[in-house]
Amino acid sequence: MDVLKEVGNIGAGHAATALSKLLDKPVDMLVPKVRMVPFEEIADSVGGSEQIVIAIFLRVVGETPGNLFFILTQDSAKRLLKNLVGLDVVDEENYSEMELSALSEIGNILAGSYLTSLADFTNLNMSPTVPSLAIDMAGAILSYGLLQFGQMGDQALLIDTKFLEGNDAVEGHFFLIPDPESFEKIFIALGVHTP
Amino acid sequence: MIQDNLIKVGMADLNVAHMTGVLKTTGLGSCVGLTLYDARAKVAGMAHVMLPSSDIAREGTLNIAKYADTAIPELIRRMVGLGAVKSRMEAKMAGGAQMFAFAGNNDTMRIGPRNVESCKDQLKAYSIPLIAEDTGANYGRTIEFDCETGILVIRSVQQGVKEL
Repeated sequence: MDVLKEVGNIGAGHAATALSKLLDKPVDMLVPKVRMVPFEEIADSVGGSEQIVIAIFLRVVGETPGNLFFILTQDSAKRLLKNLVGLDVVDEENYSEMELSALSEIGNILAGSYLTSLADFTNLNMSPTVPSLAIDMAGAILSYGLLQFGQMGDQALLIDTKFLEGNDAVEGHFFLIPDPESFEKIFIALGVHTP
Repeated sequence: MIQDNLIKVGMADLNVAHMTGVLKTTGLGSCVGLTLYDARAKVAGMAHVMLPSSDIAREGTLNIAKYADTAIPELIRRMVGLGAVKSRMEAKMAGGAQMFAFAGNNDTMRIGPRNVESCKDQLKAYSIPLIAEDTGANYGRTIEFDCETGILVIRSVQQGVKEL
């Protein structure tokens, strides 16, 4: 588990640096949490199953497939848009095409940076698919990432990294949920025996 | 609205109610929330179905609430235990969305519609009529079923509140 934590740390470290460059502001990152989480609890880290979040989802393909989510609260998304592209969100019920596209691109850059550093570190081939964006209940969004696990049991491996802009105005989460068959490969790549 | 008689149904979970009580499950994406109701006996059941078929299950101990083909028979069994009669049962369902448009793997992408189809096949096999549904599209839903009235309330971020 410590190894996976380190994996999450490195990925998120690079993503945080990328975000910090984009924003031209310091971005802090919390030590990732790596846990086997019951399905029910996975949405709790972002405020519960019914909490409305903005999610950019990428399927990870390659040697160790999995699901990667970049999750923002509504407030964080507004701040990101304002700071990065100077867009003031007028109507948070209906984001404009421009706003959605900007958010999707931000998510894509950060997730890409997260994945690239993981791939470099583990020497495993991991590439992202085209990102998809959804604004909806956290439970509905994240359950999508659990389907592969659903065939195995009622818990999923979650690598959760939270980062914050200097004044806590922008809070984001990376959820990496590797497919069940990916763990072993990640462990082997890191020279650790499977638990 | 504060309800002290709320019965929570988790993901890949099922539960039943008798006389009073409101069955609730939150954040349905590609999962299907299926309800069965015997209005005469006032017995209701709800399942939060995650996958279409237990054939693909690789887990050691099968969670029967998770799959359409195992959850529905179990729901019927538990409701009959509370005095419901199968021939009087009527079904409603919601969920089965496709949350993401370009989500790689085709099989996984179609899981919402497949969950819906599989639930319908099961209902047909048990001769239980499906009297209302709000399925598909690309948004999440939270549902509540009132055992007293038989009304299914569906909430979503984009579409507001609907009653079936």
